[in-house]
Amino acid sequence: MLNILIPLLLAVSLVLGAVGAFRRIAMWRRGRPSPVNIMKGLASIPRRYLVDLHHVVERDKYIAHTHVATAGGFVASMVLAIIVHGFDLASGILGWLLLAFTAIMFVGSVLVYRRRINPPARLSKGAFQRLPKSLIAFSLGMFLTTLPAVGLMPENAGSWVFALVLVVLVAWGLSELVFGMTWGGPMKHAFAGALHLGFHRRQERFGGGRSTGLKPLDLDDRTAPLGVIKPEEFTWNQRLGFDACVQCGRCEAVCPAFAAGQPLNPKKLIQDMVAGMTTGTDAKYAGSHYPGQSGEHQIGSGGVLVARKGEALVDPDTLWSCTTCRACVEECPMMIEHVDAVVDMRRHLTLEYGDTPGKGADVLDNLIATDNPGGFSPTSRMNWAADLELPLIKDRERTEVLLWLGDGVFDMRNQRTLRALIKVLRAARVDFAVLGNDERDSGDLARRLGDEATFQSLAKRNIATLAKHQFDCIVTCDPHSFHVLKNEYGDFGGHYTVYHHSGYLDRLIGADRLSFAPAMPGTVTYHDPCYLGRYNGEYEAPRAVLKALGLNVNEMVRSGYRSRCCGGGGGAPVVDVPGKQRIPDMRMDDIRETGAEIVAVGCPQCTAMLEGVVEPRPQIKDIAELVADALTDRPDPRHKADQQEPLEVIA
Amino acid sequence: MKRHESMASGSSGLSVAVLVSTGRHSLTGRPGRADQDARAVELALNVENSHIRLFHAGEPGEECREALRGYLGMGIDSISLIEQSADADVSAALEEILRESKPGLVLTGTQAEQGEGSGLLPYMLAESLGWSLIAGLVSIESIEGNQATILQALPRGQRRRLKVRLPAIATVDESAARARQSAFGPAQRGRIDTISHDSSTDEALAGLSIKAARVRPKRLKIVKSKSARDRFKAAAAKSEGGAGQVLSEVSAQEGAEAIFKLLQDENVLSI
Ligand code: SF4
Ligand code: SF4
Repeated sequence: MLNILIPLLLAVSLVLGAVGAFRRIAMWRRGRPSPVNIMKGLASIPRRYLVDLHHVVERDKYIAHTHVATAGGFVASMVLAIIVHGFDLASGILGWLLLAFTAIMFVGSVLVYRRRINPPARLSKGAFQRLPKSLIAFSLGMFLTTLPAVGLMPENAGSWVFALVLVVLVAWGLSELVFGMTWGGPMKHAFAGALHLGFHRRQERFGGGRSTGLKPLDLDDRTAPLGVIKPEEFTWNQRLGFDACVQCGRCEAVCPAFAAGQPLNPKKLIQDMVAGMTTGTDAKYAGSHYPGQSGEHQIGSGGVLVARKGEALVDPDTLWSCTTCRACVEECPMMIEHVDAVVDMRRHLTLEYGDTPGKGADVLDNLIATDNPGGFSPTSRMNWAADLELPLIKDRERTEVLLWLGDGVFDMRNQRTLRALIKVLRAARVDFAVLGNDERDSGDLARRLGDEATFQSLAKRNIATLAKHQFDCIVTCDPHSFHVLKNEYGDFGGHYTVYHHSGYLDRLIGADRLSFAPAMPGTVTYHDPCYLGRYNGEYEAPRAVLKALGLNVNEMVRSGYRSRCCGGGGGAPVVDVPGKQRIPDMRMDDIRETGAEIVAVGCPQCTAMLEGVVEPRPQIKDIAELVADALTDRPDPRHKADQQEPLEVIA
Repeated sequence: MKRHESMASGSSGLSVAVLVSTGRHSLTGRPGRADQDARAVELALNVENSHIRLFHAGEPGEECREALRGYLGMGIDSISLIEQSADADVSAALEEILRESKPGLVLTGTQAEQGEGSGLLPYMLAESLGWSLIAGLVSIESIEGNQATILQALPRGQRRRLKVRLPAIATVDESAARARQSAFGPAQRGRIDTISHDSSTDEALAGLSIKAARVRPKRLKIVKSKSARDRFKAAAAKSEGGAGQVLSEVSAQEGAEAIFKLLQDENVLSI
């Protein structure tokens, strides 16, 4: 009986699986076009799975081993089962191999089961609690069914009850693992996830690359919707990506907004995107909600994801809570791009409805009218440096370094950092110049607030200004300007060599152009800015500079690629969505844990956010300030300003 | 005064005309919506059941269109741009347009941000059309038939509730509700319909020469601070001054003398 039923079950599940696959693909394809190379994409999947995806999964060793055993065991068993049982080719080694792989898979399944006994809060429950049982059913059923085939058990052993039990086990396993994969069960992550690896919207992310710049909107195409409000307005491969989510909740565990009790949970957000594409309701969702929210949500009238008035799946505050820190993207084993989705929807809210909350509207108006978010006169950009005799690039034929000052020129605290940096550059005899009043905001803030039009306008004008001058590289002490100049201006024709000041100082030290007095006593920790670290992979240079100063860095638990945001990115301080606590306070707790007296920073935003934490707390010092304090070089005597007490200027 | 028909707020709703000018940013001179006029549009958008039309009379050019798009971005479908020459007195053209379109209520800012900026236009229109004029509108509370209940701004944040007969022209005060954010999408899609119209040269203006105001250089405020607290205190510090004086129950003569003396002290009068 078994030798008829098992092949039949296999065949039925494969056919159903194929039908489901076509339907699922058709569903994804209802999104906006995004050209991909199908053959190349498919061919790249195994390598990307084994290298890139596993690189992320590996951070959790338990799950990594479990996954290898279960997934590897399943794939091998399935292929072998088709040969052994489907084509009745049990002879020789094949049957034994099948036994071995089902056994491995069984071990993996038991490990999955153990993980699910008291699962951490970040894991979704619901259908995912059933999955380990299905895995056990399949591996056990297939193992026992194969015993007669290799002759370990006589054919037709046991009673018909035993045979029936086997059939049920195998049927259960196959329905979850084969056609459940394409019909929306918990195993769909394997099907969608594999294809997502091949057809990812950011192909550059694989093979050790990096792709973090936002994708430009085509503003000239009047028919194209601006941003996303309906699930069909995502590109098809973004939809594919959402569907790949395995609800592991790693993103939730690292999200600063979630931890602060703001109404954002990246996992729920991705699941809401899936709900938008499929059932239109989050009733089946069995994970943590957006903090402060509960109950069921349906897709809004007209098929919109975001509620403007009334209820829909996602509340605008959810989107505005995101600091665009990319911690979720960094942790996601399925390579899902949460930040792209958030910004896509913000774009719609800002560009179509004019619904940027908080101070957002003021800031955007200022950027449009004065090219800086504070609404200061563009002719007062250099007031802070009235005594510094900074060389202007327009008076120079060419310069080695163009120093990009950023909007920090209007901020009294950042003026101290800039002064320190200039002192260091002069001490190293760097040939540098500034744009002066011709510099504008880089557009970072406007873009993260969804105002792509203002971003593009600023970007294009900055690129035109830069094109008029000759310089070897740009140096800036603002990681946001750094990221935008380096990674986002390229789409508009601006290609530059850009250094964050930590990277440039590291080079100066390497070239022996700076010398330092022995380190001052005191313990230091270093806070990685998101836009320097996760966005640009620069973790080493700032640490190397601190080391050169003779400072020992007491690392925080959350550091490097796992650094926690200061709360200052993505326009979050501008829209200011309330939560239970403030992100910078949480980060300060991380800093306090190290016992450091000084926290070294490399970003004006981080400085502002961390200094906003009430004292007593460790002192906040920019890397440039630490370097300037340690200098033994006598600055060029021409610049007596360097020896003066720093001044601060209110524009 | 001849009553006209369209202002009744029956089933068709009240028809509101908003006269909008092109704004000029105070620091950079860039074109954009004028703040007070945008507040007027905001007030109009909040009148229930209203039918809104926006008019601008002026010289059509790229700057003008860019400024007008600021209003379209508030969710307005179209603006009528009445073409006028650069040296025109636009009141005649506006009067004619308003006579034809018969709105129940005309809203506009108190004063333009550029050009003559005298703030006289609404008064001239009210006079020639024979409609009532309300200065300093801050909100429209209700419209019943031919009567509107509105709040008017008085000095020092005081408010006065008024009932006015429609049609009427109202200038909108700076303290009226802020205009909503202007969004890029609707601003690009909205239409600017040009209406050609004869221009009558502004003879009075022709005799004047206009030059940019000289900006007095501002003293930089320099602070030596060690902590965020010092910086905050320095930035938040109020400038000196404020030696005000309240005169009450004084004779007209005494009051006039006090004002005269103040103007002398402030170098406004040099006699
Ligand atoms: S989005 Fe990624 S990290 Fe978050 S739950 Fe889904 S798979 Fe896990
Ligand atoms: S980018 Fe940062 S704040 Fe935004 S959802 Fe991801 S982890 Fe949360």
